[in-house]
Amino acid sequence: MVLIYIVTIFAVVASLIADRSKTAKSFQVAGRKMLKIAPAFFAMTILVSIVLYLVPDEAISRYLGHENKVLGLLIACAIGSITLMPGFIAFPLCGMLLEKGVPYMILSGFSTTLMLVGVLTFPVERAYLGAKVAALRNLIYLAIAVVVTIITGLCFGELFG
Amino acid sequence: MNRRSWIKLAVLVGYLAFIATSAATGFSPGKQIGSNFIYFWADLIKVLPFAFVLIGLFEVWVDRQTVERHLGAESGAGGYLWAIVLSGITVGGVFVAFPVAHSLHKKGAALGVIFTYIGASAVCRIPMNLFELSFMGPKFTAIRLAVSLPLVILSSAMLGRYLEKQNYQIQGG
Repeated sequence: MVLIYIVTIFAVVASLIADRSKTAKSFQVAGRKMLKIAPAFFAMTILVSIVLYLVPDEAISRYLGHENKVLGLLIACAIGSITLMPGFIAFPLCGMLLEKGVPYMILSGFSTTLMLVGVLTFPVERAYLGAKVAALRNLIYLAIAVVVTIITGLCFGELFG
Repeated sequence: MNRRSWIKLAVLVGYLAFIATSAATGFSPGKQIGSNFIYFWADLIKVLPFAFVLIGLFEVWVDRQTVERHLGAESGAGGYLWAIVLSGITVGGVFVAFPVAHSLHKKGAALGVIFTYIGASAVCRIPMNLFELSFMGPKFTAIRLAVSLPLVILSSAMLGRYLEKQNYQIQGG
């Protein structure tokens, strides 16, 4: 995280030394782009704030530990696709569930869909890629997440266990 | 402003009014939603302005030929390799990956390459992988990377080729 600050400051200083008017233009570009995408970000943050209220972390832990494996897996992929969670929260949560005896396969389903599929980030994605391509990308990546989950289950011997 | 913008604005104002009323009256679901909203924005503000300044600098300083040579249609496997390296050092996840991908494409990066970049920044950002490694173990992480990364590259190349055939133009941003 700190890296992006250092890189940005370094880049801005270097740019200022090289050409002040070009630097000013860069800031204009940055400001214009942020303003243009702001509505999509508001849409996303409103959705996220509501969904996080409806599906809090405790509920996620409870659902992922479901006894029925198939059902647990489906729930894991659904929650992972919909919710949004940074890695530094998601993986400690997965680690804790692993110790509680939740299979690797289910945690894989949850974490890979979390990374690859973004229902709540759709407003932002649509603004950049267009609705059709954004939807297509999410479907393809859902399929990839399912493949990862199945292979994880195979490798840990959980699929037919 | 057109009608759609007015509706969006009305939703935003209504939402904020709901949060404010909840805070004033102590309505707990509304307060919870409001604090989720604030925390999420606080996280975004820590990364987004910096990312956009870098994107601005990129658009002004880097010329089209350079991007085309390394990431364009003729770049071959090298373009995909660059996309993965770039994704490894991307901070902040998808919110940063989408605008970066958009700028790269506008400067001449091939569609397959930017889709690879988006996908790879979802599955192999280095800071995130370190977390995964320490909590889930090397076997879990190795399986996930070994399966997902090739599939990301393959599907991106195919999606890129399909869209280019359809003369798809990326818009907005």
